[in-house]
Amino acid sequence: MDLSQSLEIVTRTDVGMVRSHNEDSVFANPAQGLAILADGMGGYNAGEVASGMTTTLLGSELVKTFTRLAPHCADSNGRLHAHSALETEIAKTNSAVYQAAQSQPQYAGMGTTLVMAVFYDNSMTVAHIGDSRLYRLRGDEFQQVTRDHSLLQEQIDSGFITAEQARHSQNKNLVTRALGIDPTVEPEIGDYDTLPGDIYLLCSDGLNDMVEDEEIAMTLQMLSANLDLCALQLVQMANDNGGRDNVSVILVRVKRGYPASRRFGGWFARLLAWLK
Amino acid sequence: MAKLILSMDSLVIQEIPLNKERITIGRKPHNDVQIDNLAVSGEHLVVVTVLNDTFIEDLNSTNGTFINGQSIKKHFLQNGDVVELGKYRLKYIKDAKEVSQQVATTDFEKTMVLRPGMAQKTVEKAESRSMGDTQVGIKAMAPPPRQAPQPAPAALPLGTIQVLSGANAGREMDLIKTLTTMGKPGVQVAVIARRPHGYFITHVEGANFPIVNGKTLDAQAHQLSDHDVIELAGVKMEFFIKA
Repeated sequence: MDLSQSLEIVTRTDVGMVRSHNEDSVFANPAQGLAILADGMGGYNAGEVASGMTTTLLGSELVKTFTRLAPHCADSNGRLHAHSALETEIAKTNSAVYQAAQSQPQYAGMGTTLVMAVFYDNSMTVAHIGDSRLYRLRGDEFQQVTRDHSLLQEQIDSGFITAEQARHSQNKNLVTRALGIDPTVEPEIGDYDTLPGDIYLLCSDGLNDMVEDEEIAMTLQMLSANLDLCALQLVQMANDNGGRDNVSVILVRVKRGYPASRRFGGWFARLLAWLK
Repeated sequence: MAKLILSMDSLVIQEIPLNKERITIGRKPHNDVQIDNLAVSGEHLVVVTVLNDTFIEDLNSTNGTFINGQSIKKHFLQNGDVVELGKYRLKYIKDAKEVSQQVATTDFEKTMVLRPGMAQKTVEKAESRSMGDTQVGIKAMAPPPRQAPQPAPAALPLGTIQVLSGANAGREMDLIKTLTTMGKPGVQVAVIARRPHGYFITHVEGANFPIVNGKTLDAQAHQLSDHDVIELAGVKMEFFIKA
C-alpha cells in the first residue's frame, strides 16, 4: 500500500559548525512509510560507515520484506509482522556492522544509534537504540516518545539527578546501548496510534543538545505548513547555538488516515507468506 | 581529578581527592573522611562521583548540610561550590586542566558507548587519556575542534515590525521570539527568524511570496535591514531596529 498520499516526509542532515565529518545518516521512504535515522560513532570515518550501513541496509531490507508481507499482517508465527521484521532486520544489520568492525581494523569499535518508525494502518511502530529521539507534536502537545538509552537517562530514572541537573551534566555523550558494538543488540520497540495532523520528529542528539524542547516545539507549530523550511530552521537553530555536533532531522506529517485494507490484502498476503 | 578541600576557620585541614565513586564523611571512624566534631553526624554526607560529575547527598544529618548557604538534601556540585557542615567547610575544586578541557572540548566529545562495569575504567582512563586515543568500545575524546567556538555575538538589537496599512495600521510587534510568523494561515504566511547575526524573513505557505522593498522574494531566507518595507497578504509593514 502506497502511503505517500498520506504521509509527508522530509529529511535533512548537516555536519554542524565544529565537526569535520557528518557521521549521521538518514533514510526515508514515504510510499512504504519508513523513516530511519542513525548517529554513528567511531574513529576516522568509521562512524559514517556504521550509520550509513545501518540506514541503507535497514531501509532496503525493510522495503523488501514489507512489500512481501504488509506490516499490519501476522507472520507465520502469529506475530505482528512490523515487530518481527524490525527485530530480524535490526539483528541482521547489527551483525553486519559488528562483522565489519571485527574484520577491518580501521572500523574497530564503530557503532551507531538508531531511531526509526514504520507507519501502517493508522499507527506506527517505533524502534530505537541509544540517544537518538522521536518526538510527537499533536495539537499543542509536544512530547518525547522515545527514552534515551544513556547514562544520563538512567541517572534521571533512578532519581539520582533531576532533568534540570541533567542539562548541566558532563556525561551527556554516554550511551548504554548501540548498534554494531556487540554480537547482539536489543532494540526498544513500541506501537503508537497516529492521527491526521500529527507531526513526528526523529533527530540526532545534535539537535536536542543544542536546542531546547520548547524551541523545537514552537518551530514545529509555527512552520508546520512548510516541513522543508521547518527542517531547515531546526538545523539552523542548532548551528546558531554552536552546532557542536552533526545535526539530523526527519519530519513526518500525517496528512490523512491510512487504514490498511484488510479484506483482500490481509489474507492474500498471509497466503503468499504461507506459500513461501 | 576533582577534589574537596576541608577547612575550618579558613585553615586547610585536608585535601580529599575524589578518586572513588562514593566517599562518606562523618564523625564515626568508619567513614572515608572522619571529622571528629560533635556538630557533625556519625554518617553526615556522601560524595558521589560518576565520571566528571560529582553530587553531594546529606545522610539525614542532625545539623544539616549547606551549600553556598542553602540547606540541601542532594546537590550537583559546580566548580567552586562551598559545602558547610557544622563549622567545617568543603570547597569543591575541579582540576583546572579538566575545567578548561571541559569548556573547550567536553561538548565536542563524541558519543561513547558505556557498558556495564566500564564507569570505573573510564574514570581511571579520564585521568590519563590523551587526545585522539581510541579504544574498542570506548571512543576517546574527539580531535580538537577545527575552530574555536565563536564568541557570543554582541546582543542583537531588537527588531520591530510596524504595520503601515490595513485594519491594524499603526500596530507594532517586537520580534523577541526566535520565530515570529505573520500573515493569514492558508493564504500567505511568512516567518521572521531572529538569528545571532540578524533577522531573516522566509516564505512559509501560500501561492504568493512576500515582497520586500518592492522586490518579490524567492524561497530563500532574506536578511532584513533597518526600514525595509514588507508586503504580505496585501498588508504593508516596516521593519526597523529599535535603538
